[in-house]
Amino acid sequence: MAIFGAKQVLWRSFTTVASHPLRVCIVGSGPAGFYTAEKILKRHQGSQVDIIDRLPTPYGLVRSGVAPDHPETKNVINQFSRVVQSGRCSFLGNIALGSSISLEELRELYHVVVLAYGAESDRVLGIPGEDLKGIHSAREFVWWYNGHPDGRNLDPDLKSTDTAVILGQGNVALDVARILLRRTSELAATDIASHALTALEQSSIRKVYLVGRRGPVQAACTAKELREVLGIKDLYIHIKEADLKTTPADEPSSGQRELHFVFFRQPDRFLESHDRKGYVSGVHLEKTALKGVGSGKQIAIGTGQFENLSCGIALKSIGYKSVPVDGLPFDNQKGVVPNVKGRVLSDNSGDPTSVENGLYVCGWLKRGPTGIIGTNLYCAEETVASVSEDVEQGVLGAATESNWPKPGREGLLRILEDRKVRVVPFSGWERIDKEEKRLGSLRNKPREKMTTWEELLKAASE
Amino acid sequence: MSRSSRLKKSSRAHWFNSLLYLITKGPILSLQIMLISRLCRVGVRVAQELSRGGYMYMTRTRYHTQGPCRQYQRPLLELLPETRAFQSAVLQKHHGFSTSASDGASAGGDEEKEAISVTFVSKDGEDIPIRVPIGMSMLEAAHENDIELEGACEGSLACSTCHVIVMDMEYYNKLEDPADEENDMLDLAFGLTETSRLGCQIVASPELDGIRLAIPAATRNFAVDGYVAKPH
Repeated sequence: MAIFGAKQVLWRSFTTVASHPLRVCIVGSGPAGFYTAEKILKRHQGSQVDIIDRLPTPYGLVRSGVAPDHPETKNVINQFSRVVQSGRCSFLGNIALGSSISLEELRELYHVVVLAYGAESDRVLGIPGEDLKGIHSAREFVWWYNGHPDGRNLDPDLKSTDTAVILGQGNVALDVARILLRRTSELAATDIASHALTALEQSSIRKVYLVGRRGPVQAACTAKELREVLGIKDLYIHIKEADLKTTPADEPSSGQRELHFVFFRQPDRFLESHDRKGYVSGVHLEKTALKGVGSGKQIAIGTGQFENLSCGIALKSIGYKSVPVDGLPFDNQKGVVPNVKGRVLSDNSGDPTSVENGLYVCGWLKRGPTGIIGTNLYCAEETVASVSEDVEQGVLGAATESNWPKPGREGLLRILEDRKVRVVPFSGWERIDKEEKRLGSLRNKPREKMTTWEELLKAASE
Repeated sequence: MSRSSRLKKSSRAHWFNSLLYLITKGPILSLQIMLISRLCRVGVRVAQELSRGGYMYMTRTRYHTQGPCRQYQRPLLELLPETRAFQSAVLQKHHGFSTSASDGASAGGDEEKEAISVTFVSKDGEDIPIRVPIGMSMLEAAHENDIELEGACEGSLACSTCHVIVMDMEYYNKLEDPADEENDMLDLAFGLTETSRLGCQIVASPELDGIRLAIPAATRNFAVDGYVAKPH
């Protein structure tokens, strides 16, 4: 019964400590990665956990996704730092899965590999004109204003238009709208990237449309974010009366910033500018109606009525998408790794018996790109429960041995040194962190983010 | 809807609240024991234990030692977390442990003014009684006592990870209504119940002496490819 099960796990963990420490590699240092590390360390006292990330900086979307005007949401970084500072877990940055080290190599080096590298790509609309200049994914835009080194050169043109259209009405869409419309004097005291602040200070954008193909009931944003945006000073909010029962009645004064919620419109194609070839000048929208498809779900159906919405910049905030790597089973349709309770399956058939031994997933790569930071708590618990069960039942390593020694961290670092990969340890991040805070204090900001690979790697090694 | 058919509903919140109703309004203990038997798959054993009074020390002490009754209890308890919550609550009623009486009896009226007694019930059903200074939040108190309550945003109303369930309606009603900001976060909490609150927003005050807070069991199956785990 359960009590014997509990005793068994304890005993196994003890023998593991005595003989071969469980060596775990977690790919991805965002909330999914860190919560997984924390729970593994708790359940397996003698384990050695390494968290690798392709960036020199840890924390994933907590650093590069959470909006600059939401600093409290980033407090969880303190908890994550403590996991590394406990000494049993290492952070190794600037290691890219697939190029610095292959998945196959990692599985040879460690007993357990947990992939928690999230979703660094985007869903596409698949409509004509999608590759016109001036159309960006919200993910790239967020990376840009959050100082992600891969977003540094996005260079969105905020000066040649007064109108931006955002397709999507989730929290990311609201973040983007807020950053575009907030007074830059307020943004100046946040950790927003300097290049973004400069561009926003020179921005001519005064109107933002948040376009959703369904109604307000289906909008994916949550109460806190909606409440926040409705409370921004000097921002005129417009919602069509037909879409809602009540609406603010005041008309905007000229030059005032406006945020329009547009419901029941889906993009049919992007319109190209006549004056500037290759640039977007608007979105051709189709009116939609809702249709129930069973179990309370309603989808949007086109009605054949169209209208145009002019804009000089369009941002697609329709969902992130994960990226597969060599040697990793992947469900292209859903954009996730096929798995059962975090155990990676060998193919997409859903057959729960064909499991990839020692390979697990957690976070967006496992569940799809939805949820908040806290969602990963439960996701990590489920994955770690699977890991612990497998450790207890001796399915890791060889077929019947409970554990055999694996090279782990030492093996990984040796290979990376041979390949001349500049690994950034947590102490390297701490140097970056200190320098960013120092630069920030000169400008009354909590930190001044370093936004290029060169700057980051240099600061990490000084 | 009759009381028994309400009790058969599968949702945890419904289950828990129906039982709460039973405890506060239910007629006699034998009826309660009968209902426990029907509800718990190992109900008869539980009912026997209850009537033997074998759970005397359950609400009092943290589990450090193996007592004879524990060995019976543990396997039963692992199965249904709600059972433990229910059992503890029933115990109090049965043995006349009114929450104020048990702690009001502690010596030193001055000490009571400075701190109150709070019992956390962990995910594994372990009772953890602690003293909390007046003015301290439950989240802070949990961390001071090494109780596993998450607090990702460190009490700034930017997450729902310190979600706790107030086990007695009486205490839930003593708390001030949650602000909009707290409700916004609670909306996103897992395993939300009618008596859920954020631990960082419950501040110790004299009238909360004896409050019992359950930390929600967190495991939740995420269905991918339509796979749904069998309920257990």
